[in-house]
Amino acid sequence: MKLKSRDILALEEMPREDMELILDTASSMKEIIYRPIKKVPTLRGKTVVTLFYEASTRTRTSFELAAKYMSADTVSIATATSSVQKGETLKDTARTLRVMGSDCVIMRHPVSGSCHFLARVLDIPVINGGDGMHEHPTQGLLDMFTMREKKGRLEGLRVAIIGDIYHSRVARSNIWGLKKMGASVVVCGPATLLPPEIEKMGVEATTRVEEAVKDADVVMVLRLQLERQQRGLFPSAREYSRLWGITRERLNLAKPDALLMHPGPMNRGIEIASEVADSPQSTIEDQVTNGVAVRMAILYLLLGGGEEK
Amino acid sequence: MVTEKARIMDEEAMRRAITRIAHEILEKNKGIEGLVLVGIRRRGVPLAERLARQIEAIEGRRVPVGSLDITLYRDDLTLRSDHPVVHRTEVPFAVQGKKVVLVDDVLYTGRTVRAALDAIMDLGRPALIQLAVLVDRGHRELPIRADYVGKNVPTSRREIIHVKLKETDDEDAVIIEEMT
Repeated sequence: MKLKSRDILALEEMPREDMELILDTASSMKEIIYRPIKKVPTLRGKTVVTLFYEASTRTRTSFELAAKYMSADTVSIATATSSVQKGETLKDTARTLRVMGSDCVIMRHPVSGSCHFLARVLDIPVINGGDGMHEHPTQGLLDMFTMREKKGRLEGLRVAIIGDIYHSRVARSNIWGLKKMGASVVVCGPATLLPPEIEKMGVEATTRVEEAVKDADVVMVLRLQLERQQRGLFPSAREYSRLWGITRERLNLAKPDALLMHPGPMNRGIEIASEVADSPQSTIEDQVTNGVAVRMAILYLLLGGGEEK
Repeated sequence: MVTEKARIMDEEAMRRAITRIAHEILEKNKGIEGLVLVGIRRRGVPLAERLARQIEAIEGRRVPVGSLDITLYRDDLTLRSDHPVVHRTEVPFAVQGKKVVLVDDVLYTGRTVRAALDAIMDLGRPALIQLAVLVDRGHRELPIRADYVGKNVPTSRREIIHVKLKETDDEDAVIIEEMT
Protein backbone atom coordinates (compact mmCIF):
# COMPACT_ATOMS: atom_id res chain seq x y z
CA MET A 1 0.00 0.00 0.00
CA LYS A 2 1.31 3.38 -0.93
CA LEU A 3 0.19 6.94 -0.30
CA LYS A 4 -1.07 8.79 -3.32
CA SER A 5 0.38 11.98 -1.85
CA ARG A 6 4.13 12.61 -2.15
CA ASP A 7 3.97 15.39 0.44
CA ILE A 8 1.75 16.03 3.45
CA LEU A 9 0.64 19.61 2.83
CA ALA A 10 -3.08 19.93 3.48
CA LEU A 11 -6.01 17.67 4.32
CA GLU A 12 -8.09 19.65 1.84
CA GLU A 13 -6.24 17.95 -0.98
CA MET A 14 -5.50 14.58 0.65
CA PRO A 15 -7.60 11.67 -0.64
CA ARG A 16 -9.67 9.80 1.92
CA GLU A 17 -7.76 6.55 1.22
CA ASP A 18 -4.51 8.24 2.21
CA MET A 19 -6.01 9.43 5.50
CA GLU A 20 -7.30 5.93 6.21
CA LEU A 21 -3.93 4.35 5.42
CA ILE A 22 -2.17 6.82 7.74
CA LEU A 23 -4.65 6.19 10.58
CA ASP A 24 -4.45 2.40 10.18
CA THR A 25 -0.66 2.43 10.08
CA ALA A 26 -0.54 4.73 13.13
CA SER A 27 -2.58 2.27 15.17
CA SER A 28 0.06 -0.39 14.46
CA MET A 29 2.87 2.04 15.34
CA LYS A 30 1.44 3.10 18.68
CA GLU A 31 2.60 -0.05 20.50
CA ILE A 32 6.26 0.90 19.88
CA ILE A 33 5.89 4.02 22.06
CA TYR A 34 5.12 1.84 25.09
CA ARG A 35 8.08 -0.52 24.66
CA PRO A 36 11.01 -0.44 27.07
CA ILE A 37 13.29 -0.03 24.02
CA LYS A 38 11.51 2.50 21.81
CA LYS A 39 13.35 1.84 18.57
CA VAL A 40 12.70 0.04 15.30
CA PRO A 41 15.34 0.03 12.55
CA THR A 42 13.02 0.95 9.67
CA LEU A 43 14.39 4.37 8.67
CA ARG A 44 18.08 3.74 9.37
CA GLY A 45 20.22 6.04 7.25
CA LYS A 46 17.43 8.53 6.50
CA THR A 47 17.75 12.13 7.61
CA VAL A 48 14.77 14.23 8.55
CA VAL A 49 15.04 18.01 8.91
CA THR A 50 12.70 20.14 10.98
CA LEU A 51 12.71 23.74 9.79
CA PHE A 52 10.59 25.86 12.11
CA TYR A 53 10.06 29.56 11.50
CA GLU A 54 7.61 29.75 14.42
CA ALA A 55 7.73 28.65 18.02
CA SER A 56 6.67 25.10 18.79
CA THR A 57 7.32 22.55 21.48
CA ARG A 58 5.00 19.67 20.90
CA THR A 59 4.88 19.50 17.10
CA ARG A 60 8.64 19.69 16.66
CA THR A 61 9.39 17.34 19.55
CA SER A 62 6.72 14.94 18.36
CA PHE A 63 8.21 14.79 14.85
CA GLU A 64 11.72 14.39 16.18
CA LEU A 65 10.73 11.57 18.54
CA ALA A 66 8.77 9.87 15.76
CA ALA A 67 11.85 10.01 13.51
CA LYS A 68 14.15 8.78 16.27
CA TYR A 69 11.88 5.89 17.24
CA MET A 70 12.13 4.81 13.58
CA SER A 71 15.97 5.15 13.68
CA ALA A 72 16.13 8.17 11.32
CA ASP A 73 18.60 10.96 12.08
CA THR A 74 17.12 14.36 12.80
CA VAL A 75 18.46 17.83 12.29
CA SER A 76 16.58 20.75 13.67
CA ILE A 77 17.01 24.25 12.33
CA ALA A 78 15.96 27.03 14.65
CA THR A 79 15.62 29.95 12.30
CA ALA A 80 16.46 32.45 15.02
CA THR A 81 20.07 31.22 15.06
CA SER A 82 20.48 30.23 11.39
CA SER A 83 21.45 31.94 8.14
CA VAL A 84 17.83 32.99 7.80
CA GLN A 85 18.89 35.88 10.03
CA LYS A 86 21.44 36.84 7.37
CA GLY A 87 18.66 37.18 4.82
CA GLU A 88 18.81 33.77 3.14
CA THR A 89 15.62 33.00 1.24
CA LEU A 90 13.41 30.03 2.13
CA LYS A 91 14.22 28.39 -1.20
CA ASP A 92 17.98 28.68 -0.68
CA THR A 93 17.81 27.43 2.90
CA ALA A 94 15.77 24.43 1.81
CA ARG A 95 17.98 23.63 -1.19
CA THR A 96 21.05 23.79 1.02
CA LEU A 97 19.49 21.22 3.37
CA ARG A 98 18.60 19.08 0.36
CA VAL A 99 22.11 18.97 -1.08
CA MET A 100 23.48 18.07 2.34
CA GLY A 101 21.52 14.84 1.87
CA SER A 102 18.34 15.24 3.88
CA ASP A 103 15.48 12.96 2.85
CA CYS A 104 12.48 14.90 4.15
CA VAL A 105 11.73 18.43 5.37
CA ILE A 106 9.14 19.25 8.01
CA MET A 107 8.38 22.95 8.03
CA ARG A 108 6.38 25.37 10.12
CA HIS A 109 6.08 28.86 8.70
CA PRO A 110 3.94 31.95 9.42
CA VAL A 111 2.94 32.36 5.76
CA SER A 112 0.01 30.33 4.43
CA GLY A 113 1.01 28.28 1.37
CA SER A 114 4.74 28.33 2.14
CA CYS A 115 4.89 24.54 2.42
CA HIS A 116 3.31 24.20 -1.03
CA PHE A 117 5.99 26.51 -2.35
CA LEU A 118 8.69 24.41 -0.72
CA ALA A 119 7.25 21.20 -2.15
CA ARG A 120 7.46 22.72 -5.64
CA VAL A 121 11.15 23.58 -5.34
CA LEU A 122 12.28 20.37 -3.58
CA ASP A 123 12.36 16.82 -4.93
CA ILE A 124 12.01 15.26 -1.45
CA PRO A 125 8.83 14.94 0.64
CA VAL A 126 7.71 18.06 2.49
CA ILE A 127 5.51 17.81 5.59
CA ASN A 128 3.54 20.82 6.69
CA GLY A 129 3.97 21.41 10.43
CA GLY A 130 1.61 24.39 10.30
CA ASP A 131 1.54 27.16 7.69
CA GLY A 132 0.08 30.49 8.78
CA MET A 133 -3.70 30.38 9.12
CA HIS A 134 -3.99 27.68 6.46
CA GLU A 135 -3.54 24.11 7.71
CA HIS A 136 -1.83 21.88 10.25
CA PRO A 137 -2.51 18.51 8.62
CA THR A 138 -0.69 16.25 11.08
CA GLN A 139 -2.65 17.81 13.96
CA GLY A 140 -5.88 17.13 12.06
CA LEU A 141 -4.81 13.51 11.53
CA LEU A 142 -3.85 12.94 15.16
CA ASP A 143 -7.15 14.45 16.30
CA MET A 144 -9.06 12.15 13.96
CA PHE A 145 -6.95 9.21 15.13
CA THR A 146 -7.87 10.00 18.75
CA MET A 147 -11.59 10.26 17.94
CA ARG A 148 -11.53 7.04 15.95
CA GLU A 149 -9.63 5.22 18.68
CA LYS A 150 -12.06 6.34 21.41
CA LYS A 151 -15.31 6.19 19.44
CA GLY A 152 -14.51 3.35 17.06
CA ARG A 153 -15.50 5.41 14.02
CA LEU A 154 -15.55 8.88 12.49
CA GLU A 155 -18.58 8.44 10.25
CA GLY A 156 -21.61 10.14 11.76
CA LEU A 157 -19.82 11.79 14.70
CA ARG A 158 -20.89 15.29 15.64
CA VAL A 159 -17.84 17.42 16.37
CA ALA A 160 -18.07 20.91 17.89
CA ILE A 161 -15.01 23.13 17.41
CA ILE A 162 -15.03 26.07 19.81
CA GLY A 163 -12.81 29.15 19.76
CA ASP A 164 -10.84 31.35 17.43
CA ILE A 165 -11.78 29.64 14.17
CA TYR A 166 -10.52 32.57 12.11
CA HIS A 167 -6.82 32.23 13.00
CA SER A 168 -6.88 28.45 13.47
CA ARG A 169 -5.06 26.13 11.07
CA VAL A 170 -5.96 23.30 13.45
CA ALA A 171 -9.67 23.99 12.89
CA ARG A 172 -9.27 24.13 9.12
CA SER A 173 -7.38 20.82 8.92
CA ASN A 174 -9.93 19.16 11.19
CA ILE A 175 -12.84 20.48 9.16
CA TRP A 176 -11.44 19.23 5.83
CA GLY A 177 -10.45 15.87 7.29
CA LEU A 178 -13.60 15.22 9.30
CA LYS A 179 -15.93 16.18 6.44
CA LYS A 180 -14.12 13.74 4.14
CA MET A 181 -14.42 10.98 6.74
CA GLY A 182 -18.18 11.52 7.08
CA ALA A 183 -18.39 13.40 10.39
CA SER A 184 -20.47 16.55 10.85
CA VAL A 185 -18.85 19.68 12.20
CA VAL A 186 -20.21 22.74 13.96
CA VAL A 187 -17.90 25.70 14.61
CA CYS A 188 -18.49 28.27 17.32
CA GLY A 189 -16.83 31.43 18.56
CA PRO A 190 -17.20 35.21 18.72
CA ALA A 191 -18.63 36.57 15.45
CA THR A 192 -15.38 38.47 14.86
CA LEU A 193 -13.42 35.18 15.01
CA LEU A 194 -15.72 33.18 12.70
CA PRO A 195 -14.53 33.52 9.10
CA PRO A 196 -17.26 34.89 6.81
CA GLU A 197 -18.84 32.20 4.62
CA ILE A 198 -17.29 29.41 6.72
CA GLU A 199 -20.49 27.45 5.96
CA LYS A 200 -19.12 26.91 2.46
CA MET A 201 -16.68 24.41 3.97
CA GLY A 202 -19.75 22.29 4.78
CA VAL A 203 -20.03 23.13 8.48
CA GLU A 204 -22.64 24.76 10.70
CA ALA A 205 -21.62 27.98 12.42
CA THR A 206 -22.98 29.60 15.56
CA THR A 207 -21.89 32.17 18.14
CA ARG A 208 -23.82 30.41 20.94
CA VAL A 209 -21.65 27.86 22.66
CA GLU A 210 -24.58 25.99 24.25
CA GLU A 211 -26.05 25.42 20.81
CA ALA A 212 -22.75 24.11 19.42
CA VAL A 213 -22.00 21.77 22.30
CA LYS A 214 -25.50 20.28 22.58
CA ASP A 215 -25.46 16.54 21.77
CA ALA A 216 -21.88 16.66 20.47
CA ASP A 217 -19.77 13.47 20.43
CA VAL A 218 -16.60 15.54 20.54
CA VAL A 219 -15.98 19.00 21.95
CA MET A 220 -12.74 20.40 20.55
CA VAL A 221 -11.55 23.54 22.27
CA LEU A 222 -9.02 25.71 20.44
CA ARG A 223 -6.33 27.73 22.10
CA LEU A 224 -7.16 31.41 22.31
CA GLN A 225 -4.17 32.77 20.40
CA LEU A 226 -3.51 35.73 22.66
CA GLU A 227 -0.51 36.70 20.49
CA ARG A 228 -2.81 37.23 17.52
CA GLN A 229 -5.36 39.35 19.38
CA GLN A 230 -3.88 42.83 19.00
CA ARG A 231 -6.72 44.00 16.80
CA GLY A 232 -9.37 43.99 19.50
CA LEU A 233 -11.52 41.24 18.01
CA PHE A 234 -13.00 40.54 21.46
CA PRO A 235 -13.06 42.74 24.55
CA SER A 236 -11.08 40.73 27.10
CA ALA A 237 -9.93 37.25 28.02
CA ARG A 238 -12.29 37.35 30.98
CA GLU A 239 -15.31 38.11 28.83
CA TYR A 240 -14.24 35.47 26.31
CA SER A 241 -14.05 32.96 29.11
CA ARG A 242 -17.52 33.89 30.40
CA LEU A 243 -19.17 33.58 26.96
CA TRP A 244 -17.22 30.78 25.26
CA GLY A 245 -15.10 29.05 27.88
CA ILE A 246 -15.81 25.31 28.28
CA THR A 247 -16.91 24.61 31.82
CA ARG A 248 -18.42 21.53 33.45
CA GLU A 249 -21.96 22.91 32.96
CA ARG A 250 -21.39 23.52 29.26
CA LEU A 251 -19.68 20.17 28.68
CA ASN A 252 -22.67 18.47 30.32
CA LEU A 253 -24.82 19.61 27.38
CA ALA A 254 -22.84 17.30 25.10
CA LYS A 255 -23.44 13.54 25.00
CA PRO A 256 -22.60 11.89 28.35
CA ASP A 257 -19.61 10.07 26.83
CA ALA A 258 -18.41 13.04 24.78
CA LEU A 259 -14.68 13.56 24.36
CA LEU A 260 -13.04 16.83 25.32
CA MET A 261 -10.09 17.70 23.10
CA HIS A 262 -7.56 20.52 22.99
CA PRO A 263 -4.51 20.77 20.71
CA GLY A 264 -2.43 22.47 23.42
CA PRO A 265 -0.90 24.52 24.84
CA MET A 266 -3.89 25.34 27.06
CA ASN A 267 -4.81 28.66 28.61
CA ARG A 268 -6.41 27.15 31.71
CA GLY A 269 -9.28 29.22 33.03
CA ILE A 270 -9.72 31.06 29.72
CA GLU A 271 -10.92 28.77 26.92
CA ILE A 272 -11.06 25.65 29.11
CA ALA A 273 -11.75 25.17 32.82
CA SER A 274 -9.08 23.18 34.69
CA GLU A 275 -11.79 20.98 36.15
CA VAL A 276 -12.79 19.60 32.73
CA ALA A 277 -9.27 19.63 31.25
CA ASP A 278 -8.23 17.12 33.92
CA SER A 279 -11.46 15.08 33.83
CA PRO A 280 -11.75 11.51 32.48
CA GLN A 281 -13.50 12.91 29.38
CA SER A 282 -10.35 14.80 28.43
CA THR A 283 -8.18 13.24 25.71
CA ILE A 284 -5.55 15.98 25.82
CA GLU A 285 -2.70 13.69 26.85
CA ASP A 286 -3.82 10.91 24.49
CA GLN A 287 -3.63 13.43 21.68
CA VAL A 288 0.04 14.06 22.44
CA THR A 289 0.92 10.33 22.45
CA ASN A 290 -1.15 9.73 19.33
CA GLY A 291 0.67 12.59 17.62
CA VAL A 292 3.90 10.61 17.80
CA ALA A 293 2.23 7.46 16.41
CA VAL A 294 0.62 9.37 13.52
CA ARG A 295 3.92 11.05 12.63
CA MET A 296 5.73 7.69 12.73
CA ALA A 297 3.14 6.36 10.29
CA ILE A 298 3.60 9.37 7.98
CA LEU A 299 7.40 9.08 8.01
CA TYR A 300 7.21 5.34 7.30
CA LEU A 301 4.75 5.84 4.45
CA LEU A 302 6.76 8.69 2.89
CA LEU A 303 10.30 7.40 3.47
CA GLY A 304 10.03 3.68 4.20
CA GLY A 305 9.96 2.28 0.69
CA GLY A 306 12.49 2.31 -2.11
CA GLU A 307 12.57 4.28 -5.34
CA GLU A 308 9.83 3.86 -7.91
CA LYS A 309 11.23 1.52 -10.57
CA MET B 1 0.06 -18.24 -14.56
CA VAL B 2 0.21 -20.23 -11.36
CA THR B 3 -0.74 -23.89 -11.54
CA GLU B 4 -1.27 -26.31 -8.71
CA LYS B 5 1.27 -29.16 -8.81
CA ALA B 6 0.62 -31.13 -5.66
CA ARG B 7 -1.17 -31.12 -2.32
CA ILE B 8 1.41 -32.18 0.22
CA MET B 9 -0.64 -31.81 3.40
CA ASP B 10 -4.34 -32.02 4.12
CA GLU B 11 -6.30 -31.24 7.29
CA GLU B 12 -5.43 -34.55 8.96
CA ALA B 13 -1.72 -34.36 8.15
CA MET B 14 -1.59 -30.79 9.46
CA ARG B 15 -3.34 -31.75 12.68
CA ARG B 16 -0.90 -34.61 13.25
CA ALA B 17 2.11 -32.40 12.52
CA ILE B 18 0.93 -29.78 15.02
CA THR B 19 0.28 -32.44 17.65
CA ARG B 20 3.76 -33.86 17.16
CA ILE B 21 5.42 -30.41 17.31
CA ALA B 22 3.53 -29.64 20.53
CA HIS B 23 4.93 -32.83 22.08
CA GLU B 24 8.44 -32.03 20.82
CA ILE B 25 8.29 -28.51 22.28
CA LEU B 26 7.27 -29.91 25.67
CA GLU B 27 9.89 -32.65 25.54
CA LYS B 28 12.75 -30.34 24.58
CA ASN B 29 11.79 -27.66 27.13
CA LYS B 30 10.81 -30.15 29.84
CA GLY B 31 7.30 -28.80 30.29
CA ILE B 32 5.77 -25.35 29.96
CA GLU B 33 7.68 -23.48 32.66
CA GLY B 34 8.67 -20.09 31.18
CA LEU B 35 7.41 -21.07 27.74
CA VAL B 36 5.75 -18.51 25.41
CA LEU B 37 4.67 -18.81 21.77
CA VAL B 38 5.01 -15.94 19.31
CA GLY B 39 3.41 -16.25 15.87
CA ILE B 40 4.81 -14.31 12.92
CA ARG B 41 2.07 -12.52 11.00
CA ARG B 42 0.04 -13.59 9.24
CA ARG B 43 -0.17 -17.38 9.20
CA GLY B 44 2.22 -17.96 12.06
CA VAL B 45 -0.37 -16.43 14.39
CA PRO B 46 -3.18 -19.02 13.97
CA LEU B 47 -0.54 -21.77 13.97
CA ALA B 48 0.82 -20.53 17.31
CA GLU B 49 -2.74 -20.47 18.63
CA ARG B 50 -3.29 -24.10 17.52
CA LEU B 51 -0.02 -25.16 19.14
CA ALA B 52 -1.09 -23.45 22.37
CA ARG B 53 -4.43 -25.33 22.34
CA GLN B 54 -2.60 -28.61 21.75
CA ILE B 55 -0.14 -27.89 24.57
CA GLU B 56 -3.06 -27.03 26.86
CA ALA B 57 -4.72 -30.35 25.98
CA ILE B 58 -1.55 -32.20 26.97
CA GLU B 59 -0.45 -30.21 30.05
CA GLY B 60 -3.75 -28.77 31.26
CA ARG B 61 -2.34 -25.25 31.32
CA ARG B 62 -2.24 -22.51 28.74
CA VAL B 63 0.96 -20.85 27.52
CA PRO B 64 0.92 -17.14 26.58
CA VAL B 65 0.62 -16.42 22.84
CA GLY B 66 1.72 -13.24 21.08
CA SER B 67 1.84 -12.05 17.50
CA LEU B 68 4.68 -10.31 15.78
CA ASP B 69 4.62 -8.05 12.71
CA ILE B 70 8.08 -7.91 11.15
CA THR B 71 7.41 -5.28 8.47
CA LEU B 72 9.44 -2.59 10.21
CA TYR B 73 12.42 -4.99 10.43
CA ARG B 74 12.50 -6.15 6.80
CA ASP B 75 15.83 -5.91 5.01
CA ASP B 76 14.25 -5.25 1.62
CA LEU B 77 12.24 -2.10 2.39
CA THR B 78 14.58 0.08 0.36
CA LEU B 79 14.35 -2.34 -2.56
CA ARG B 80 10.57 -2.23 -2.82
CA SER B 81 8.59 0.68 -4.16
CA ASP B 82 5.35 -0.47 -2.52
CA HIS B 83 5.05 -0.11 1.22
CA PRO B 84 4.14 -3.34 2.97
CA VAL B 85 1.21 -2.64 5.29
CA VAL B 86 2.29 -2.46 8.92
CA HIS B 87 0.15 -4.61 11.21
CA ARG B 88 0.07 -4.62 14.94
CA THR B 89 2.61 -6.41 17.11
CA GLU B 90 0.81 -7.80 20.15
CA VAL B 91 3.07 -9.44 22.70
CA PRO B 92 1.12 -8.77 25.91
CA PHE B 93 3.75 -10.29 28.22
CA ALA B 94 7.42 -9.66 29.02
CA VAL B 95 9.81 -11.84 26.98
CA GLN B 96 12.63 -11.17 29.45
CA GLY B 97 14.06 -14.51 30.63
CA LYS B 98 11.37 -16.52 28.76
CA LYS B 99 11.74 -19.45 26.41
CA VAL B 100 10.29 -18.02 23.22
CA VAL B 101 9.10 -20.32 20.44
CA LEU B 102 8.70 -18.40 17.18
CA VAL B 103 6.05 -19.91 14.92
CA ASP B 104 5.71 -19.44 11.16
CA ASP B 105 4.13 -21.31 8.29
CA VAL B 106 7.03 -21.63 5.82
CA LEU B 107 10.80 -21.42 6.33
CA TYR B 108 12.48 -20.40 3.07
CA THR B 109 15.35 -17.88 2.79
CA GLY B 110 15.46 -17.28 6.55
CA ARG B 111 15.13 -13.51 6.12
CA THR B 112 11.73 -13.30 7.81
CA VAL B 113 13.13 -15.21 10.80
CA ARG B 114 16.17 -12.90 10.94
CA ALA B 115 13.76 -9.93 11.10
CA ALA B 116 11.65 -11.68 13.74
CA LEU B 117 14.74 -12.35 15.89
CA ASP B 118 15.59 -8.64 15.83
CA ALA B 119 11.97 -7.73 16.60
CA ILE B 120 11.88 -10.08 19.60
CA MET B 121 15.22 -8.83 20.93
CA ASP B 122 13.86 -5.27 20.84
CA LEU B 123 11.12 -6.36 23.23
CA GLY B 124 13.54 -7.77 25.80
CA ARG B 125 16.15 -10.48 26.39
CA PRO B 126 14.65 -13.97 26.26
CA ALA B 127 16.45 -16.92 27.85
CA LEU B 128 16.35 -18.63 24.47
CA ILE B 129 14.53 -18.50 21.15
CA GLN B 130 13.44 -21.57 19.18
CA LEU B 131 11.75 -21.81 15.80
CA ALA B 132 8.78 -23.95 14.80
CA VAL B 133 7.58 -24.07 11.17
CA LEU B 134 4.93 -26.08 9.41
CA VAL B 135 6.99 -26.43 6.21
CA ASP B 136 10.74 -26.15 5.59
CA ARG B 137 11.29 -25.74 1.86
CA GLY B 138 15.07 -25.17 1.87
CA HIS B 139 17.05 -22.49 -0.06
CA ARG B 140 18.37 -20.69 3.00
CA GLU B 141 20.24 -17.41 2.46
CA LEU B 142 21.18 -17.01 6.13
CA PRO B 143 22.55 -19.39 8.77
CA ILE B 144 19.15 -20.17 10.30
CA ARG B 145 17.48 -23.50 11.00
CA ALA B 146 14.23 -24.62 12.58
CA ASP B 147 14.00 -26.56 15.88
CA TYR B 148 10.64 -28.06 14.98
CA VAL B 149 9.48 -28.86 11.45
CA GLY B 150 6.06 -30.14 10.36
CA LYS B 151 7.32 -31.33 6.99
CA ASN B 152 10.53 -30.98 5.01
CA VAL B 153 9.71 -30.28 1.38
CA PRO B 154 12.50 -30.12 -1.22
CA THR B 155 11.47 -27.47 -3.74
CA SER B 156 12.82 -25.53 -6.67
CA ARG B 157 12.91 -21.75 -6.44
CA ARG B 158 10.29 -21.48 -9.19
CA GLU B 159 7.77 -23.25 -7.02
CA ILE B 160 5.51 -21.54 -4.50
CA ILE B 161 4.48 -23.15 -1.24
CA HIS B 162 0.98 -22.04 -0.34
CA VAL B 163 -0.14 -22.79 3.21
CA LYS B 164 -3.88 -22.43 3.69
CA LEU B 165 -5.44 -22.28 7.14
CA LYS B 166 -9.10 -22.27 8.09
CA GLU B 167 -8.58 -19.12 10.15
CA THR B 168 -7.23 -17.09 7.24
CA ASP B 169 -8.31 -19.06 4.17
CA ASP B 170 -11.13 -21.53 3.70
CA GLU B 171 -9.39 -24.85 4.33
CA ASP B 172 -6.36 -26.53 5.91
CA ALA B 173 -3.91 -27.53 3.18
CA VAL B 174 -0.35 -27.12 1.96
CA ILE B 175 -0.10 -26.83 -1.81
CA ILE B 176 2.88 -26.65 -4.18
CA GLU B 177 2.24 -24.28 -7.06
CA GLU B 178 4.43 -23.46 -10.01
CA MET B 179 4.83 -20.32 -12.10
CA THR B 180 4.41 -21.27 -15.72
